[in-house]
Parts: sequence; structure tokens; C-alpha cells
Amino acid sequence: MVRVSQSKSTKVVGVLALQGAFNRHTRVLGELNVATQEVRTPQDLASVDALVMPGGESTTMSQLLESSELFEPIKKMIHEGMPVFGTCAGMILLAKEIIDGRDDQVSFGAIDIDVQRNAYGRQIDSFEAEIEVDGFNTPFQAVFIRAPRIVKAAQSVEVLAEFGVEIVLARQKNVLVASFHPELSPDQRIHELFVREI
Amino acid sequence: MAKRETENTAKTSTGSMLVKRGLAEMLKGGVIMDVVNAEQAKIAEDAGACAVMALERVPADIRRDGGVARMSDPEMITGIQAVCSIPVMAKARIGHFVEAQVLESLGVDFIDESEVLTPADEAHHIDKLKFTAPFVCGATNLGEALRRISEGAALIRSKGEAGTGNIVEAVRHLRSIIGDIRKITQADSAELFEWAKRLQAPLPLVQEIAETGWLQVPLFCAGGIATPSDAALAMQLGAQAVFVGSGIFKSDDPAPRAKAIVEATTHFRDPEIIAKVSRNLGGPMTGIGMDKIEQRYAERGW
Repeated sequence: MVRVSQSKSTKVVGVLALQGAFNRHTRVLGELNVATQEVRTPQDLASVDALVMPGGESTTMSQLLESSELFEPIKKMIHEGMPVFGTCAGMILLAKEIIDGRDDQVSFGAIDIDVQRNAYGRQIDSFEAEIEVDGFNTPFQAVFIRAPRIVKAAQSVEVLAEFGVEIVLARQKNVLVASFHPELSPDQRIHELFVREI
Repeated sequence: MAKRETENTAKTSTGSMLVKRGLAEMLKGGVIMDVVNAEQAKIAEDAGACAVMALERVPADIRRDGGVARMSDPEMITGIQAVCSIPVMAKARIGHFVEAQVLESLGVDFIDESEVLTPADEAHHIDKLKFTAPFVCGATNLGEALRRISEGAALIRSKGEAGTGNIVEAVRHLRSIIGDIRKITQADSAELFEWAKRLQAPLPLVQEIAETGWLQVPLFCAGGIATPSDAALAMQLGAQAVFVGSGIFKSDDPAPRAKAIVEATTHFRDPEIIAKVSRNLGGPMTGIGMDKIEQRYAERGW
């Protein structure tokens, strides 16, 4: 199901649709006039130029990546330079190291960060807060849901936003990650940031 | 860098509607499984559940045993929280706000104000806006769904008929809710007043459906899912995730069935994958016909 709108480019952004808030990402991308493709099978990957990994349950997505035979092809495409954007659970999937994950949990090791799952606590500790993002004139209202924490980042990782002492938005080469959920905010600036790189 | 030295003193807000509905958004496309002990919770997480519902008896057993069904023992809930890294939900009786307070104090991620338990109040539901934890509530029709949303529910599930292994009621409720949403999107502004009256629902929520084409919160399916095809049916009808209660742990071989339902929920439009995962699962729960049940749980709720 490729939704093509009056896009300036013909690039298609895939949204990993195994589980989670994938339709919130397709909605924001649609508002930005970007064509999107839900990705559930290796065939769905064929037409995409970039990939969003949404928030959701990372352990569920990890298992479905394997049973749907998506893990290896996605890993290869990221390695070859495909732009990829992971939010919350998506960031966990992209991290080099996962702390407090399941033993059988897979990750793409695509960005040189260590991420701790559920590090901010349970749902009653979930919160929204204003954060300052590099290059934005006004703060961004970020929503953190049972959020993971970046506990370590390599020097080569570019920090785009912090919340207090924590890195919450970061980039390394073709990989962009957020520990919060820009897809839940009415503000499209972080998606614009990603789309510009494609 | 001065910023690095400061602690997280920035202004934050917990328990906002955006934060509550946010977790509901994260559960979309997933399977929430009823579990009665830590061992079942592990099986559910291993199978790819996106959350578990901790309760003392699955609905099929509540139905069999009769008597008053109440909130679970906190000890049992914390035992399940201890072994699970995925969200843990638990049920409070309709209108029993103290049970809900207790569940919130335990750090339960989602509170289900559930018709499967014996109602504590015959006229009022819990004022869910007072809580930091999000609530999920059941609905058989759109009016009920909107009344629950106006009370602060962050997620609606179609009720179906829990503990029967029979999908027919869930289909009826989903068709009713989604069918009325579709009709409202075709109504003109004058007709919306009549819709609000007929549904006994707040007008602004009806007007919002007319504008956006959907509820303010996600809609999941519950009550009667026993097979991978049942889960995919609910999804194709428009549910955004599924709750499976008795259907997993009352079947012959829970672990493979749980995994198969997870895969069918993801690939709900792909009959070849649903066929593949449905092979050799052993017997599903036996199930009951609607003419054989004494108490319809779906009728509880006002």
C-alpha cells in the first residue's frame, strides 16, 4: 500500500509496521507530503529508500523481525547507508548495546550507543517535557513513554538534544534516534529533520 | 557544558492525556494476554505479547466458578511485574475506585475497569481523570465508548463476551462501534446533535468523530478470541490490537498458540501467513455458544 501524495521527491519512506505506533509516523510523514510504505515482509522493503522504526514493545518487534525474516535484509540496508530513524523502541532496536533487554533480543547495532530499557520507570513515571533541539528556534514538546535511556554514547555520535543530563536525540551517519515520541506531538520538526536527510 | 551538570530539574508533567493515550498508541498492532501467574507471564512475553493482563482467574474460570470476582491479590500482581519487562495491566471492578487506587499504587501500567469482574457500582464508573495511570474500558457500542472516554479512558476495547472462546459478540460490538463512526463522518452538523442524544454521549466527542473520522483514543478488541484467524478478523474489522484472555491458557498448548496469535495480529491481511502460523497448534479452548451462557458480562457497564 504505497500512499503517494504530491511529493516533491519520489522517495518512499518505509515504516516498520510489525507492532507499535507505526500509523502515527505514517500520519506525520503524510502531512509532510512524503510517500510511505508499511513494512511487514521482505517484499515491502524492496520499494523503500528510508525506514522509520516506531515506538512500541521492543521485545515484540525483535521477535517479529526474525519470524518475518526482516532482520538480515534491514541490517544490510542500514549498513549500505539507508537513512533510518528509530523512536523509543525503535531506538532500542538500533542501539549497539541493550541493557535490561531480553537475552534473545536482537538489535541492529547501527548506532554507537548503550541503551537501557524502561529506564525512566513504569507508566506512572511517563511524562512530557519541553526540550531544546539543536537548530530549532523554539522548544519541542517531547513525550516520554516508559522511555529508554541512552547511558553511553561514542564521541562520534552527534548529540541533537538533551533533557537535563540525558541525551534524548542523537545522530550517527545515516542513523537518527530519539528516546521520546515525536510521532505523538503535533510538531513535525523532527520528522522534517529526518526527511531532509533522504 | 553547564547543562550536563544539572539534574533533570526541567518542568515535566506526568499523567497528561497525551502521556496516557501515548502508551495505548504503543500497544497497537500487538497482543495483550491474560496471565494468572509469573510462569504464564513469562510464556506470554516469550511469545511476543506487547503487554500482559494480570488476574487471578481467566474469564472462563470466573464463569465456571461463579461468585463475586474482585481485583487480584497485590502479591500476585507484583510477582508478575517482577518477571516481566513489558507493561503489566490489571483489572478493577466497575466503579471500584479504591481498587483502582491500589492498582495505581502498585505501579500497574494500565488499569482495566472491567465488566469481567463483578461491578461495585450500578450507576457510576470510576472518575478516571483523577488518576495518573491510564485506564482501558470495554464498550459494546459507540455511546458506551464515548461515555468512557469522557470519564477519562485512554483506550477502549470492544467487550465481546469474555471466557466464551466465541468471537461472535466481539464482531457485533466492533461492527456497531466502527459502523456508527462511519455513519457519523457522513452526517451533517445538525444531525450530530441527534447522534449525541441517541448515543447518550457528549456532543463535542461526537463532533470530533465527524471531523477526524475516529475516536480520540485507540480501539482494541477483546472477548472471545481463540485462534490466529479470530485475531486477524478483529484487526481486519478495524480493531487496532487484541486482548486474548482465556483463549491462550485454556488451549491445549499455550506457547505456540500465543506466538501464532502474535504473528497473525501483525500479518492480519496476509492469509498465507495466517495459514502457516495456524498449523499444528493443538486444540483451541472448547468455547461456549451464546445460548448456553447464564451471565452476559457485556451487559455490565452504564
